[in-house]
Amino acid sequence: MLKETTLHGWHMDNGAKMAEFAGWSMPIQYRPGPIEEHRLVRRSVGLFDVSHMGQLLFRGERVAAFLDSMLSNSIAALGPWQSTYALLCREDGGVLDDVFVYRLPDHWMVVVNAANTAKDAQWFRAHLPGNVAMEDRSDETAMIAVQGPHAVPLLDALTGGKVSPIDRFSAAGLSLAGVSCTVGRTGYTGEDGVEIFLPARSALEVWEAVLAQAQRQQVECGPAGLAARDSLRFEPGFPLYGHELTEEISPIQARLTWACSLDKEFVGAQALRRQVDEGVPTRLATVRLSDRGVPRQGYRVLHQGRPVGSVASGMYAPTVDAYCANVYLPAPLARTGTEVHIEIRNQAKQAVVVKRPLYTPAYR
Amino acid sequence: MKFDDKVKYQESHEWARKEGDTVVVGISDYAQDSLGDVVYVELPEVGTTRKKGDPFGVVESVKAASDVYMPVAGEIVEVNKGLDDNPSTVNEDPFGAGWLIKVAPSDAGEYDGLMSAADYQEYTRGLDE
Repeated sequence: MLKETTLHGWHMDNGAKMAEFAGWSMPIQYRPGPIEEHRLVRRSVGLFDVSHMGQLLFRGERVAAFLDSMLSNSIAALGPWQSTYALLCREDGGVLDDVFVYRLPDHWMVVVNAANTAKDAQWFRAHLPGNVAMEDRSDETAMIAVQGPHAVPLLDALTGGKVSPIDRFSAAGLSLAGVSCTVGRTGYTGEDGVEIFLPARSALEVWEAVLAQAQRQQVECGPAGLAARDSLRFEPGFPLYGHELTEEISPIQARLTWACSLDKEFVGAQALRRQVDEGVPTRLATVRLSDRGVPRQGYRVLHQGRPVGSVASGMYAPTVDAYCANVYLPAPLARTGTEVHIEIRNQAKQAVVVKRPLYTPAYR
Repeated sequence: MKFDDKVKYQESHEWARKEGDTVVVGISDYAQDSLGDVVYVELPEVGTTRKKGDPFGVVESVKAASDVYMPVAGEIVEVNKGLDDNPSTVNEDPFGAGWLIKVAPSDAGEYDGLMSAADYQEYTRGLDE
């Protein structure tokens, strides 16, 4: 039996195609289709139900030090209402999950991937000191992402101007349609916007309030499914767990060294420092195909006719208007300009390693 | 959902339409709708021949790659080059500008054996249940 978010009925009533994702029945696309939904987010506003994502709450006197010892990025440095991206690593540096950490007034929230929620909770619990408490609030928490260049003005209108003062990677406690929400100026699309955390039972009120406000302001706005979310995160170079990241891949290989504070101690830090010093065998590279074809996960990458790697994710990238892929290559080949082939149904399609990201986030 | 009655269908969701001596082949509105946004269409070389039921190409949507199959045996005499730059034509106009190939059939009887629009609609209704 698949889990359903509290917006499930709305999705069904509004033409969503649902599919299984990490044990949840989630909207993959709506009537306009993933490419049009992608374009809508790039030009105006899209609404995503991402309530499948997990929320682990941490409390206690030593919580900042604990999270700092578990996560790759500098956590103790976060001020109240600030957030950061980080990796949860094994001792050998392999990535258990990639997460967002929010420091909220009376607790810390770690937002995890749906597929990893149980695994992450177990991992944290196994390391938890006596003076830190963890609570898995995933089932009670809905998460709505409102993303696109018109997202912030739209939400400003709903909150009396309280969203635009929130800095990028910060959050605030706001009332939306009478519902108490945590609103983070974050997202995973490469556009400005917010992610709203709220009680699952109130998700529909807030979802509909945002859509109604857009209609009043005549702002082009609609729901966007997980397929559009995938292409929107792919273009700015954000990793997706299970594709660019797995337990067998380290942040150094995935080009996420920027999210690792290697001058502090955390689970995996030693292994990662060694990788930086000694080099890694393979690294992530982004390629653009000059031939036509859709490179998909697992397809082989050839260099001078020899298999050298494989595709982590690939697709037709709508804003770039090209077939592109993230591939793992031997480190010396993972450089801009390297010519490779991707094997698609026994045909070698020409591709070249390009500069990342394919799309520079609008807020950068 | 459109079930064009000027064409005939087979169970793997291709349609075929007689046009003089050739048979034009595409995928049905039902097929394009269930595939979703088409982003690439791989088509065969002109001059090659295939049997009825053989795969002749691949329609790739955002979601997946799907083989497409010959509704009749014969030689490929033309492919829709326009799909290279505009694969979404398959979504927008599956029975018209979104056609895939033209075939010179080797057995005229095969075309007559394909499903009518009414039968195909009935068949898809069974799939949705």
